[in-house]
Amino acid sequence: MTTAGTVGFVMLCHAALDRAAEVARHWAQQGCPVVIHVDAKVGRAAVDRMRHHLADLPDVRFSPRHRCEWGGWGLVGATLDAATLMLDEFPGVRHVYLASGSCLPLRPAAELAAYLDARPNTDFIESVTTEDVGWTIGGLSMERFTLRFPFSWRSQRKLFDLWVRVQRVLRLKRRIPEGLVPHLGSQWWCLSRQTLSAILKDPDRPIYDRYFRQVWIPDESYFQTLVRLHSARVESRSLTLSKFDFQGKPHIFYDDHLQLLRRSDCFVARKAWHRADRLYAEFLRPVDPAEARAEPNPGKIDRLFSKAVERRTRGRPGLYMQSRFPNENWENGRTGGPYSIFQGFGDVFVEFEAWLARTVGLRVHGHLFAPDRAHFAGGERIYNGCLSDSAALRDYDPKAFLTSLMWNTRGERQCFLFGPRDNQALNWFIAGDANAQISVISGAWAIPLFRAKGEFSDLRREAARLQKIESDQLHVLRSPWTKARTRIWTLAEFLENPVEPLQSIIDEISPTALRRLTEVPRMADLTGFGRFLQELRNQGMQPTLVGDVPLGEDPKPAIGRRGRPYLVK
Amino acid sequence: MGIIQSYGLRLARKRWRFRAFRKRRELVPVIDRTARIRSGDILVFSTLRNERIRLPWFLRYYRDMGVDHFLVVDNDSADGSREYLAEQPDVSLWHTQASYRRARFGVDWLNWLQMRHGHGHWCLVVDPDEFLVYPFCDSRPIRALTDWLDASAIRSFGAMLLDMYPKGPLEAQPYREGQDPFEIASWFDSGNYMIRRNPRFGNLWIQGGPRARAFFPDNPERAPALNKIPLVKWHRHYAYVSSTHMLLPRGLNLVYDEWGGEKASGCLLHAKFLDTFAAKAEEEMLRRQHYAGSHEYRAYHAALRDGTDLWCKWSEKYINWRQLEILGLMSKGNWA
Repeated sequence: MTTAGTVGFVMLCHAALDRAAEVARHWAQQGCPVVIHVDAKVGRAAVDRMRHHLADLPDVRFSPRHRCEWGGWGLVGATLDAATLMLDEFPGVRHVYLASGSCLPLRPAAELAAYLDARPNTDFIESVTTEDVGWTIGGLSMERFTLRFPFSWRSQRKLFDLWVRVQRVLRLKRRIPEGLVPHLGSQWWCLSRQTLSAILKDPDRPIYDRYFRQVWIPDESYFQTLVRLHSARVESRSLTLSKFDFQGKPHIFYDDHLQLLRRSDCFVARKAWHRADRLYAEFLRPVDPAEARAEPNPGKIDRLFSKAVERRTRGRPGLYMQSRFPNENWENGRTGGPYSIFQGFGDVFVEFEAWLARTVGLRVHGHLFAPDRAHFAGGERIYNGCLSDSAALRDYDPKAFLTSLMWNTRGERQCFLFGPRDNQALNWFIAGDANAQISVISGAWAIPLFRAKGEFSDLRREAARLQKIESDQLHVLRSPWTKARTRIWTLAEFLENPVEPLQSIIDEISPTALRRLTEVPRMADLTGFGRFLQELRNQGMQPTLVGDVPLGEDPKPAIGRRGRPYLVK
Repeated sequence: MGIIQSYGLRLARKRWRFRAFRKRRELVPVIDRTARIRSGDILVFSTLRNERIRLPWFLRYYRDMGVDHFLVVDNDSADGSREYLAEQPDVSLWHTQASYRRARFGVDWLNWLQMRHGHGHWCLVVDPDEFLVYPFCDSRPIRALTDWLDASAIRSFGAMLLDMYPKGPLEAQPYREGQDPFEIASWFDSGNYMIRRNPRFGNLWIQGGPRARAFFPDNPERAPALNKIPLVKWHRHYAYVSSTHMLLPRGLNLVYDEWGGEKASGCLLHAKFLDTFAAKAEEEMLRRQHYAGSHEYRAYHAALRDGTDLWCKWSEKYINWRQLEILGLMSKGNWA
């Protein structure tokens, strides 16, 4: 078995030095040389304490301190000095591993050494050409290498952006030194002695250093680019487990990630919360070689963090809550799931809800937006998620009512009745919702009027009002912005042949059923309906949305037509 | 937002801060241990009146969470709250007999204390019946959250008020001192909340829950606001505008995402509906020291007289934060 002493660790530290010291001790006690760089911004007392803590370890060195601004040259300068020190002082080192002070070793150093020895002359460094990188911050990839960046991105953002724009407009460009092909990648690498010393001792290094001082975020490109000049074999991946969120900031590991980290196949994780006592206690324990390792399963970690990014950027469709309140058209799904709206069906058929519920086995509500209250299925006063049937509460925020209902019942398709007597506030919202399936029998509102007793002039006025409302609604449903699945029949068309429309709606609601309708709902008694319509016309009201019901003739309910080929009894 | 509006908000903020500065005279220190606050400590600010029975659990809950110091204004309690708090080693206490209403329901007092002692700290402003739940609160202390917020350059953290209630009449299960109130009030409404944007301050205005459903079904606009931003990395120039519902500068109110994503958020479990509530409602109705002429308390009083049970068969029983996150009441955002 190889000894761990062939791997040297370079640690870049800037905070939580006591934790960094623990990690350094852990490595040093396994025989690995460690070179520590502490950011020049850290106070002297903290550094002295760290030196004091590590004074008993012969193979720990401190490299000259640089000031490390994010995105600046300091980190690369510090790495170069520390790496030089490492190679000069420890001739036994065959590989140098670059880590940060908040990195957590996941596997024993001897395993790492064995792993590297099994792959001689290989450099583990993520190194990708700028064209292939999708993750750069600020939209700069190739321009990192061709523009100049005298201003800090963190503290002088406006100047930074302005200067980038000025250079773009004036087409100012730097020349990339000859022979260099810009590559980017994670800043945490593990290089072989040959490659690293070739980079450090390259006669052209002053040229490269001068050039990279003005490149933006050189710690993600200096070694990644130069390694391509000197390495015999680049394995373009990092041995450090490091997950980034949507802003390019590393995810942090906590105590509750312990089991996940155990199953990682990486050697080092970045970065651990400095107070994650259990993680540190667990992974910095003295190594017991007999201990069985958990089966690596890095996919689990990937999933966890990619889901976090997805949640932050896309969110859960149909959810409106305290920390997700999307602007219109940014909902990524206006409602939580598909639902069906039936308009006019409750007028044409008797007990349509009960029939539909039986046929498709779903929750069918009455008129949810009725003026008196929300008629939930089964006459419930409070529904899923404690939604109240109060009309005042519903009309106070109808959109919240609908989206809450769909969110609360996600996974179970909801059906409800609608009509021109109901609250129309959501017409545009529903029309723009791809989850909505809307089936309209236009003019069906005339049936309850026909059955109502009362002054005919009042009925006429009511008919005109309902027709106006419904025609406005149909206008919305027929607009080019409509995303809902809509079907519209006039009452006359529908009565002509009611079974086929019903069949097609039901096929769409439950496509797996593939059933033929064996039972059709009972139709309302329409004797004298044609006469009633003619009476409306006679009074000067054109019921255009009802369609073409011939004078005096009562519409023949097609249900009576037995023996149609598609009606299987 | 135009320059004029922006300047108007700036003036408003200065006015609230000046008001807080004036109201400082109303606060008489009972015991001031603020010298013990170290840099980076997490602080809780609270105003209370006659909450003695709740205090042991309240202090324990937040101590376990990792809060370092409590700064409390006692609005003339007569039940021993003051004496109890004065004995606690991590509490600084002020006393006042002044009007709660004229201190804008305590906001002025706390704005002053935060200006004085909260600068540069993560400050949590909660009532003694509000209990913060945040993602991973069962496995990570609150400092993990504030460190992550710091690293993400987020200055404020939203936590919606979630009204908790027992099953059956309130008096049926008396609350014992030191007991977890959610052993009794363990139910909540999971999906009946109404949200709109407040154009002036940029915050969300959330209403709903059991109080809207049971007490305000006929005039929902009067239902109490549930949006809260209780946890803020305080700067002495900040000011709460109305309770912890919103702050200035208005950027602090943007605890929600407008482009489809979810930001991290928590919930404030509200243990208001215990057997102590009836007495409280009676007292507050008579004192008329609450918002909008205590109309809220009048509505409660009327409903409670009729024996209203907030529980219904769709009520959810509280389990943990993961349940709240699945139900969509809070979110982990990109904290994993």
